[in-house]
Amino acid sequence: MLNYLWGAMIIIGIVYGAINGTMTNITAAALDSAKEAVELCITMVGIMGVWVGLMRIAEVSGIIKAATNKIKPFVDFMFPTIPKNHKAREYITTNIIANILGLGWAATPAGLMAMESLKELNHDSEKASVDMCTFLIINISSLQLIPINIIAYRSQYGSANPGIITAPAIVATTISTIVGIIFAKIMAVKHQ
Amino acid sequence: MKILIFLSDFIMPLMIFYIVGFGLLMKKNIYDEFIKGAADGFKTVLNIMPTLIGLMMGVGILRASGFLNFIAELIGKATNYIHFPSELVPLAIVRLFSSSAATGLALDLFKEFGTDSFIGLAASIMMGCTETVFYTMSVYFMAAKVTKTRWTLPGALLCTVTGIIASTILARLM
Repeated sequence: MLNYLWGAMIIIGIVYGAINGTMTNITAAALDSAKEAVELCITMVGIMGVWVGLMRIAEVSGIIKAATNKIKPFVDFMFPTIPKNHKAREYITTNIIANILGLGWAATPAGLMAMESLKELNHDSEKASVDMCTFLIINISSLQLIPINIIAYRSQYGSANPGIITAPAIVATTISTIVGIIFAKIMAVKHQ
Repeated sequence: MKILIFLSDFIMPLMIFYIVGFGLLMKKNIYDEFIKGAADGFKTVLNIMPTLIGLMMGVGILRASGFLNFIAELIGKATNYIHFPSELVPLAIVRLFSSSAATGLALDLFKEFGTDSFIGLAASIMMGCTETVFYTMSVYFMAAKVTKTRWTLPGALLCTVTGIIASTILARLM
């Protein structure tokens, strides 16, 4: 995906620049952007360090485990047909918690494992099961509570209050997730 | 809206307080763990640095050529009818395909309009409340070798559109 997207960006940019007479700007932009990316990463190292450090404390002190237990009723409600104690439940729960906490690197492996165990429950069919649809819709509706990356970017680009978007983002995420849950539930009931 | 801004100021400090306090209560080596985590965070950023260089270069070229403005103006004529800011259109579309390319565009908007402008705020909230629909779907369904995805895409797009609309409304209220 990114292969074509990135290639297209550069080819279109240069061709359009040639037509538009903006070739000098393009040279400067290509070099300045690369420099900017490195500067941005220096800010990010600090903020991500704080975040991952805190998450590590949360993990060893059992906060993440406790949060996982708290959302079990929600997982039971969304996936009533997965057998109790099936490993798919565990993977789905881990994926949801990791997404809420913005732990992308932990969310993806758990999510892929969840899909694989849902596939077993689905008799290896190439047609998505109801649970797969529900799981992915919830996942894609975005669950992240604190958009730490965005806060870091805002801080790098001179925001007076980088964190000001936290609560509005939580509200927007909640609304989109609720819409996703309702849609997934309606479709699940229709097809079961 | 004031309450949301007020809450934004409190969420992070409270969360840090809770995590550190709870870690102390559980008698964990919170400082050592924090340092270890910080080192992991460092590595995460180092891993994304090459991607960021590549994408910011791509977006930089596209912006400098004038193509992004051209697209925004072109689509803007249509989006003005539904009161959606045309500057956010490229971001909203690219967000469906690639998280890092969208990041590049969002940073570009921060530079052009400022992080605390309406566009900057809407872009920030939008990035925080949407996911890469096509990327996530293809990775997850490929892992399960599923080809018929049924209502996943309509559902995911519905969530994304809802998130985008909510972002612009919330940003306008701020």
